[in-house]
Amino acid sequence: MVPVSYYLILSAILFSIGVGAFLIKRNIITIFMSIELMLNAVNLSFVAFANYWNQINHQFSGQIFVFFVMVVAAAEAAVGLAIIIALFRTRKTLNVDQVDLMKL
Amino acid sequence: MNGSMTVLRILPEIIFTLTGVAIMLIDPVMPKQASRKPLGWLAAFGALAALIASLYQYSLPVGTAYFGVVQTDAFSVFFHVLISGIILVSALVVLDAVHPDTESLGELFALMSFGAVGMLLMTSGVELLLVFIGLEISSISTYILAGFRRKTAKSPESALKYFLLGSFATAFFLYGIALTYGATGTTRITDIAAGLATSHALPIAVVGLAFIVIGLAFKVSAAPFHLWTPDVYEGAPSPIVGLMSTAPKAAAFAVLLRIAYEAFPQLQNHWMPLLWILAAVSMTIGNLGALRQKNVKRMLAYSSIAHAGYLLVAFTVLSTDGVAAASFYAVAYAVMNVGIFAVISHAGGYEDRLTLIEDYKGLAYRSPLLGGVMAFFLLSLIGIPFTGGFFGKFYVFAAAIHSGMIWLAIIGLLNSGIAVFYYLRVLTATYTKPMDSSPVLNVPRVSAPLCLAMALTVAVTLVLGIIPGRVLSMARHAAETFPVFSTQQTPVPGTASAVMAAINTKAR
Amino acid sequence: MPEHPWRTVIALLIGAVAFGITPLALAHLWALYFSPKKPGPEKNAIYECGLESKGDAWIQFDPAYYLYAIIFLIFDVEAIFLLPFAVAFTGLSMGAAIAMLVFLLLLVEGLIWAWQKGLLTWA
Repeated sequence: MVPVSYYLILSAILFSIGVGAFLIKRNIITIFMSIELMLNAVNLSFVAFANYWNQINHQFSGQIFVFFVMVVAAAEAAVGLAIIIALFRTRKTLNVDQVDLMKL
Repeated sequence: MNGSMTVLRILPEIIFTLTGVAIMLIDPVMPKQASRKPLGWLAAFGALAALIASLYQYSLPVGTAYFGVVQTDAFSVFFHVLISGIILVSALVVLDAVHPDTESLGELFALMSFGAVGMLLMTSGVELLLVFIGLEISSISTYILAGFRRKTAKSPESALKYFLLGSFATAFFLYGIALTYGATGTTRITDIAAGLATSHALPIAVVGLAFIVIGLAFKVSAAPFHLWTPDVYEGAPSPIVGLMSTAPKAAAFAVLLRIAYEAFPQLQNHWMPLLWILAAVSMTIGNLGALRQKNVKRMLAYSSIAHAGYLLVAFTVLSTDGVAAASFYAVAYAVMNVGIFAVISHAGGYEDRLTLIEDYKGLAYRSPLLGGVMAFFLLSLIGIPFTGGFFGKFYVFAAAIHSGMIWLAIIGLLNSGIAVFYYLRVLTATYTKPMDSSPVLNVPRVSAPLCLAMALTVAVTLVLGIIPGRVLSMARHAAETFPVFSTQQTPVPGTASAVMAAINTKAR
Repeated sequence: MPEHPWRTVIALLIGAVAFGITPLALAHLWALYFSPKKPGPEKNAIYECGLESKGDAWIQFDPAYYLYAIIFLIFDVEAIFLLPFAVAFTGLSMGAAIAMLVFLLLLVEGLIWAWQKGLLTWA
């Protein structure tokens, strides 16, 4: 058996990569992909924990969570892509550094 | 389980869903050139029906439905009433601000109704899964609403910023839930406290709680997670800003209250300092940031950050008073913010014609009614007596001082002093006689829906300021639903209240 | 000693890689010895039954394509709920079946909306 901590460490690493990419990357689509990476890292945690708790008290509601997270992520992706298209039509750019009409 | 009872527990949600679905089905079959305003009235009536349904829910016995996923108690119903009311007023404000031929108006009203479903589910959900879905329903609707003027340069930009940072925060919130689930083995808010008591992985739960707080702090725009707020408020259509600066925030605050007091009472030593810092930083950054704004909507964005800070002060008061003060403040803040944005969206219109503070010069001379209402809400935001803003601040700071949070109260009071300056700047601009050379400020005629919206918000603000007793007792009643504070019932071993009673005796 | 769970995985991995690489390496060795390189225009042309490529692969797609893609994405992923529903169908209560019906009706409602709005006609 692979211990649950392995999955958690992998999930934490993936989540951190997502956070890092979100902060560094400049292309909107790439930033968007990093958010998806974060969500899927969370999904991995959920599955690992669900497996862990299933062995202890047969509670695996974490797996249900994964279903909903996937669907919600898809809905978010649809809205995000629509917003990106609307933005591209008015600005002709996908670089976040050039989307700066409003500043502090 | 009584079948009809379960439906009644989510009655306002059902009404909002049906309204949204009806609007979406009617809109495409209407002739292309026809005015979409009747759909707005439909949305307003749906919100009114939901408001009545929420008030009716007060008569239901406390209980859960749908496998214990939703719970109607005084707390959730309190926020149901608040959010339904906000949607009602916002629908009226949108009706007033838009032209009949505004692009995809039907979808705008449908999205408002659907967003409301999410917000209501957030407040009544006692299962983190449902809270998460509610949060996403409300967030996704508001992302779209923020970018609704899609042919302009600013609106899609604001939607994009809102969307990217909002989803980023959602991911944090979700990771927090995952870690909490890992530490306690449950995602039911009411069971987490008991799970924590037997948990072998408390550090994981602490990290999970921190992530949940970060995610929700983004949603309520508490500093240092506030960076999206000014940009989003500036770019989004004004009538929508009135909605999204209040209703989703109230719902997020409700979730934060429930999670902090019902799920993690044992970890209060961990979350209390966190919220203390968030409150102090939000108040300071919000007020200092607002001081140097020339754009009215950006100024109000910073002011909303400051108000989130005041509200968070109430969180650090670990008693019924704190929760009651927080709930009361949520109402007071929401009403005055929706009210002031009603005036702004009428004066500036859906197209946002007035942006800078100077643009508002002479508003009171062009339209004494609008100027007067604007002045009233500005005074309420400052916290002048006989307005809701005053009692909101009063309860929050009184509760803070009672529980020994002297420093936080001092920071808050100093900040309220700073706030006077920037609100007065708008107020003086409104009452300055415009120079003859300056362009004539064209204010459209005040329409019936706007009158209704302004009358409602002004009346509620006055009620909160003059006879707050009833609302306060409702807020206190709401606060007592948390098992942490209930002392009457004998705690059942292993439940959250038993754990809390043990902690309380230990503390004594 | 209990077998390590990953041993089979690693053995299979090595086998799979070897299975692919061995014929390629043999073919390469064969070519080195028996067929010296004599490139010409005929030989460098793409495979005889293919078509000559025209233009660039990096073209802009019609925005209407994205509308379809977005609508498809939603309906595609929502179908995820149908699978557990189908698996558990025989053991479901009436309320659960009705709830699923409501879910499906809401999806259909979205489709009707998109249809009526003319989003499904290629503009």
